Amino acid sequence: MSREAAAREPFGEAVLPWLLLAPQLAVTGIFFLWPAAWAFWQSFHISDAFGTSLIFVGLENYVLLAEDPLYRDAVVRSFVFASLVAGFALGVGVGLALLVENGARRKRVWQALLTWPYALAPATAGVLWLFLLHPSVGLIGTALVRADTGWDWRINGTQAFLLVVGIAAWKQVAYNFIFAFAALLALPRSLIEAAEMDGAGKARIAWSIQLPLIAPTLFFLIVVNLVYAFFDSFGLIHALTRGGPANATETLVYRAFVDGHVNHDLGRSAAQSVVLLVVVAALTLLQFRAMGRRP
Amino acid sequence: MKRSLAFLTLSVAAFLLLAPVLVALLGATQPSEVIARGSMAWLPGGETARNLGEALTQGAGTAPVWRLLLNSAVMAAGIAAGKIVLSLLSAFALVYFRVRGRGIAFALIFLTLLLPVEVRIVPTYDVVVKMGLSDSMGGLILPLLASATGTLLLRQFMRDLPRELVDAARIDGAGPLAFFWHILLPLSRTSVAALGVVLFVYGWNQYLWPLLIVTRAELDTVIVAVVKMIGTGEAMSDWGAIMAAAILALLPPVIVVLALQRLFVRGLISAEK
Amino acid sequence: MNSTRRGLSALAGGIALPSLARAQAQPIEISLWFSLTRPLSDIVEGFARDFNASQTRFRVVPTFKGVYPESLAAAIAAVRAGNPPHILHAAEIATATLSSAPGVAKPVQDLFQEAGIAFDADDYLPAIRQYYSTPQGKLLAIPFFVPTGVVFYNKDAFRRAGLDPDRPPTTWSGVKEAAERIVAARAAATGISTAWPGMLQLEHLLAFHNQPYATRGNGFQGLDAELVFNNPTAARHFQNLADWQRAGLFKYGGRDFNGDSVFVSGESAIHIAASSVQLRIQREANFASGISTLPYYDDVPGAPVNSIISGSNFWSLAHPRRTADEYRGVAEFLRFITQPQRVFAYTSESWVLPNTRSAFEYGRAQGFYDRTPDALVAYRQVTKQEPTGNSRGIRLGGLTEIRSIVEEELERTLQGGQTGQQALDRARTRGNQVLRNFERTARR
Repeated sequence: MSREAAAREPFGEAVLPWLLLAPQLAVTGIFFLWPAAWAFWQSFHISDAFGTSLIFVGLENYVLLAEDPLYRDAVVRSFVFASLVAGFALGVGVGLALLVENGARRKRVWQALLTWPYALAPATAGVLWLFLLHPSVGLIGTALVRADTGWDWRINGTQAFLLVVGIAAWKQVAYNFIFAFAALLALPRSLIEAAEMDGAGKARIAWSIQLPLIAPTLFFLIVVNLVYAFFDSFGLIHALTRGGPANATETLVYRAFVDGHVNHDLGRSAAQSVVLLVVVAALTLLQFRAMGRRP
Repeated sequence: MKRSLAFLTLSVAAFLLLAPVLVALLGATQPSEVIARGSMAWLPGGETARNLGEALTQGAGTAPVWRLLLNSAVMAAGIAAGKIVLSLLSAFALVYFRVRGRGIAFALIFLTLLLPVEVRIVPTYDVVVKMGLSDSMGGLILPLLASATGTLLLRQFMRDLPRELVDAARIDGAGPLAFFWHILLPLSRTSVAALGVVLFVYGWNQYLWPLLIVTRAELDTVIVAVVKMIGTGEAMSDWGAIMAAAILALLPPVIVVLALQRLFVRGLISAEK
Repeated sequence: MNSTRRGLSALAGGIALPSLARAQAQPIEISLWFSLTRPLSDIVEGFARDFNASQTRFRVVPTFKGVYPESLAAAIAAVRAGNPPHILHAAEIATATLSSAPGVAKPVQDLFQEAGIAFDADDYLPAIRQYYSTPQGKLLAIPFFVPTGVVFYNKDAFRRAGLDPDRPPTTWSGVKEAAERIVAARAAATGISTAWPGMLQLEHLLAFHNQPYATRGNGFQGLDAELVFNNPTAARHFQNLADWQRAGLFKYGGRDFNGDSVFVSGESAIHIAASSVQLRIQREANFASGISTLPYYDDVPGAPVNSIISGSNFWSLAHPRRTADEYRGVAEFLRFITQPQRVFAYTSESWVLPNTRSAFEYGRAQGFYDRTPDALVAYRQVTKQEPTGNSRGIRLGGLTEIRSIVEEELERTLQGGQTGQQALDRARTRGNQVLRNFERTARR
């Protein structure tokens, strides 16, 4: 490794590489390290909105979070939300990839038809579905109300939660499809042809040959889906339910946003940022383990 | 038999993915007052020109959509270009130079992979405001450049290049910058383009950060503005114009992804894996 | 730039050629951040245009900075970064936040005094003046767009249900009976709806019944105030809303203005909302509507008193580097927009309260209230009597958060998860934590 690496590093200048690294290091330092350090430091303080007073409170912000039943609910809710979204999006995405790979002609057309929602912003997905399902505006929403189904996610928390889960998963199907399909395409044809010669059906081939072989991709997708559900769902929730009704769709990221930016409680919000940091760090490490890659 | 079942399932799936967009298109053809009363029709109406025109030239309680699209385009292009430049330079430095402290530099860059902007919303906001960058395109773009994905991708790409390239260049007496400019850059073109597509979509679809840092309507991005159009219910939503705006907001990244599908898939898979 | 300007005006003062120097100097820029969207934003922009045309020394530059929470966040950030706007348009809910932090805002009464401009704070209607004053009676900000809670009702639905469209119910029991008849006669899908649930169904409700929201005079007397809104009147009311919802008599339309569309679309027939919603109803509703006073529980002794106000105001934000000239410009602009005819013009157009007695008198002299008696409903309700300690307003830090806590707990009650009493008890516990936190960080 090191001999090869040395051979690969032919340039010995001392200053130039740092000049090349400087822009990225500057951006990282200013917009990443500084805010992260700031959050860490602020999480041990409380202050008024304007920052005119600053009181050191030790671990109080963390203790308050741990003691807050609504925050504990938000933790559980976020994980349930993320698991549901990841499971649904992965299941459907991989299923569609198998169908296209194994059973469809015109694979390119299907690929386009199933890929495009990747380019959709979660917030826009929220707006589109809101327009369809709004109890007093939407085509389907008003029909549901007329049919006396009790459809109203503005007050029904279960409906609101399932709605957000459904849309978040709907939008993420495309992503899972893209990766699963690419992984399936990369499998050697010979393996599958051999199985077909042995008389194995498509379902059996999918289950016992294709899926095991793309397992690393699937594991990677699980982690990415969890990160997506945790963080990218913010736009969707903000567009659709604003965390309500009665906290039914309040996730950890949404809560950190509200406490920091609406309630102006910087200490509590900073403590939540640190908690989130730990969550993301864990997920990222999981992802690297999954890819068998080290930085 | 099996094939037709697969066809049917795929058709249903493709339709379910497309359905909300079709309904939005339908909404964009109808008068807003009718929609707001909950009596939207299943067939297209005749208000398309009005809705589209209103959205493009007036907005709906926001800046006109042409302006919003321009903001989004500048931001997305800025993020894509900025990340690519930073990543190219740093990947080049990391792969082709023997430098002390390279490990630390790499660790610093790699750290950013751990923290999406959502995690550090409030502290980053504070920092950017203190730098006087709130309500500016710079404030919109710069904090989103702190990312390691591009560097990782290009670093891997450069590592996989044959070492003879650089040996040949050195024999020809080329310095590092000449090597970078005349050999490395042309070779990276496809990788960079693929990365560019993914980053453009990433930039276009940003939500939380633009929501926080922009308070001037003329600087809003189209994704954030469409949500603002629905508003807090202060007045009747101009649904026809809002749906026209939503379609306009989703088209550019969708077109990019569909038109450059192969490049995009390649970029996506190598960028994220 | 700034110092050049200062230098020039100093020079001008020194050699006593003010007109020449002024003509040469750039006008002093006064930045104004506001939160109204079209068509109401035209009012603010019109103020700036007219003021700028009326003199050459100052130039007011209005900027739309998003809805209230966004503009407040932007202003807070600007204060932290050291460049706040000169004038901030803020909602009533931010009053304690802006007034408790030292040096953030300059009370307008001080502003006028320092600029040597005569200003009569007593001209403001008492319920308005007191909401925006220090406990000592010093006016903090210029009231701008100030509605109060009222009832709107659908006269057509009333007729269809056999109710007298000219005699809307005034008590909650009357409202409930009317709702029952409306729903039974299928005159509307539901009976009652509300906008701003946390504000109108609790803050306004308690004030109107002369009951405290918090100790220490609803927070006016000190930061150590504690919430006491979990009293029998409020608990009964929250429980009623939940029961009525279950019986199909009440429909929850969401927070903020979202409930308004339930009424405007004709779904409900009796709607509790800010009086300014009249403008939207006129524009969008395709039925005849009436306006009436807030309902009250007639078995609560002493109820009703005057109703409290909500709405927005203009703050003069302070900064150590701000010059006397800049403050002067702010003061001149605020004086300009508080001329009675100007106040009357925009308040009558947008169905908010006329703000000052002089504006009200001006409107009366114009015959406005004879032509539009409906506009008197909100005015009479607010001026019914001198405000009591409970009906002068609410001055609590973190009121934004407290209000959303109340709304969360109300929503939980409407979902059937808890009783009205439990909702208020929980909201009180949670809200008191917010208050204690605010108390610790706010320095007097």
